[in-house]
Amino acid sequence: MSATKPRPRPSPATGDEGAGIEPGKEGAAPQSFVRAPPAAAASIVRIEGVRKRFAGTTAVDGVSLDIGRGEFFALLGPSGCGKTTLLRLLAGFEQPDEGEIFIDGEPMAGVPPYRRPVNMMFQSYALFPHMSVAANIGYGLKQQGLPRAEIAARVARLLDLVELGGLGERRPSALSGGQRQRVALARALAREPKLLLLDEPLAALDRKLRERTQLELVALQRRLGLTFVVVTHDQEEALGMATRIAVMEKGRLRQVGTPEDIYERPRSRFVADFIGEVNLFEGTPAGAEGGLVWLDTADGRLAGTGPSGAIALSVRPEDIEIATHRPNATNVVVGRVEGARYRGDDMVVHVRLESGKAVRATRLPHAPPLPADADVFLSWSPQDAVALAE
Amino acid sequence: MIESKRLRAGILLPPYLWLLLFFLAPFLIVLAISFGETAIGVPPFTLGWPPSLFSWEILAGDSLYLRAWGNSLLFATIATLCCLLLGYPMAYAIARAPGRRRDLLLLFVILPFWTSFLIRVYAWTGLLRPNGTINEALLWLGLIEAPLPLMNNAFGVVLGLVYSYLPFMVLPLYATLEKLDATLLEAAADLGATPRRAFLSVTLPLSLPGILAGSLLVFIPAAGEFVVPDLLGGPDTLMIGKVLWDEFFTNRDWPVASALAVSMLVLLGVPLALLRRAFAS
Repeated sequence: MSATKPRPRPSPATGDEGAGIEPGKEGAAPQSFVRAPPAAAASIVRIEGVRKRFAGTTAVDGVSLDIGRGEFFALLGPSGCGKTTLLRLLAGFEQPDEGEIFIDGEPMAGVPPYRRPVNMMFQSYALFPHMSVAANIGYGLKQQGLPRAEIAARVARLLDLVELGGLGERRPSALSGGQRQRVALARALAREPKLLLLDEPLAALDRKLRERTQLELVALQRRLGLTFVVVTHDQEEALGMATRIAVMEKGRLRQVGTPEDIYERPRSRFVADFIGEVNLFEGTPAGAEGGLVWLDTADGRLAGTGPSGAIALSVRPEDIEIATHRPNATNVVVGRVEGARYRGDDMVVHVRLESGKAVRATRLPHAPPLPADADVFLSWSPQDAVALAE
Repeated sequence: MIESKRLRAGILLPPYLWLLLFFLAPFLIVLAISFGETAIGVPPFTLGWPPSLFSWEILAGDSLYLRAWGNSLLFATIATLCCLLLGYPMAYAIARAPGRRRDLLLLFVILPFWTSFLIRVYAWTGLLRPNGTINEALLWLGLIEAPLPLMNNAFGVVLGLVYSYLPFMVLPLYATLEKLDATLLEAAADLGATPRRAFLSVTLPLSLPGILAGSLLVFIPAAGEFVVPDLLGGPDTLMIGKVLWDEFFTNRDWPVASALAVSMLVLLGVPLALLRRAFAS
């Protein structure tokens, strides 16, 4: 359409599709729950040196973090890493022992949850079982003291937004898990929070629904222009949805960056190991030259890229070549095949190295079988071996 | 299939037989006696045909019974409300207490059951008498000049009922409040509800089954109570249980006593059935 009849446009930066049909596509949209960010978009969340202890354990241990307006920010880590506590500190269910939290520039010390410009979607959804779906979604609006007619109108819009039109009179117990998740989302969005906190929003859904919902959450976040902070233990979920990820371990931030940063340039063994499958080769620094870092490991001298003085190399299974003859490569290790797992789109080969170390490498699913009783040679490019300083 | 049916019958039969024998049969006997006439002899009544409505006419004709009925309902209602007002915060606090302390607090609620009910109520007379502990203490402190009338009146009866039946309110309330998902209150707070609003819109409606169960457990035995009005009440605080006792043992008028017993069952049974119906829908 746009190719046949180009129209004059006010801004050359606007894309072809839809220009002239929906002029305000990126700016203030007609729906009231879309919030146009102010001109000086400072960070919406500022966490400064926050520490939180519970009887004997330190759940959050000196975290400082800025989250920008409109970000889809993921707090990622294994269970017990403090990510949920951090979320609860933002919601106001916990108060920090040390440090300060600012939301939209306002200090949050002593501000109870019901006075924060923040809403949360709970992992269990925490829907009120004695109220209808519409009453659940309208609960927050009722607390604001809005007139009944306006609440009804906004609830109807929210029901449409999460594609639950017509189910307003049902009780939550009469809904499926996926529908309940949408009610929880609509309820959390109803008050147009500056910041939406989502605690494991997809954990209770089955695999298929989870993938679709991931895409929908991202689309919704973009459309409404809200800031989402999502807590998850699932690295795929974080990589697939977030604009930035903070990886946490034992109450501390281990690395904060874009999904590409975290996946391709992990800075520690913990992060490399937590984000997807990796093989870690630990060793002592053996110099650096020509952009490569050398390490002496139990499997010989290996090269990677990264900071000098690194103590480990991280190699992903998909970056490892398996050969039956010694290849001419910088990094070569020798071992025996212990077994192979067919996974449909690839095959995971488990190799036991001469040092006793177990390594996983992937091959094409229909590659010829490897000898079980002869040596195989694993090789990879130094560019695919990430040197880790900690 | 047949075996499991037999098993079911085998398990269900004994309790049904028990109820039939020891509840329904005595009730029918009492119902029959209420249509008899007093006689001097053993047993002290005669059954004739056609059934005599004499005792029912007495019941309808003498305002004493109506007053006793009204008092029973009134005192039981006041006692139930007091138990609810006292018991709800207690149950709430126990349900919110950390593990070990919760067990201890629950123990304190159950502890009175380990002593005889009669002795516990009788012990109150020692506290409430005109020269009892409370009045003596207040006189000694100079707070009052004459002993307060704390017993042999409605105050004493309601106090005794509340004291006696408070645990029956606390325990079912505790059971529902303890099950209440705390994240629901967090969700309410997150959505802008102050603690007061969150309580009224979430905790209170979700604890309604406990309120209902506790109220019935207090109201029904309180309305039929005999010991409390006997020991702590006076001539103006007649309750149906007390009148029943007097008819049976003092007046030896079994037909009137039986008619009273049947009317009491109807009095308590009808609202119970209505409540059940309202609750089911």
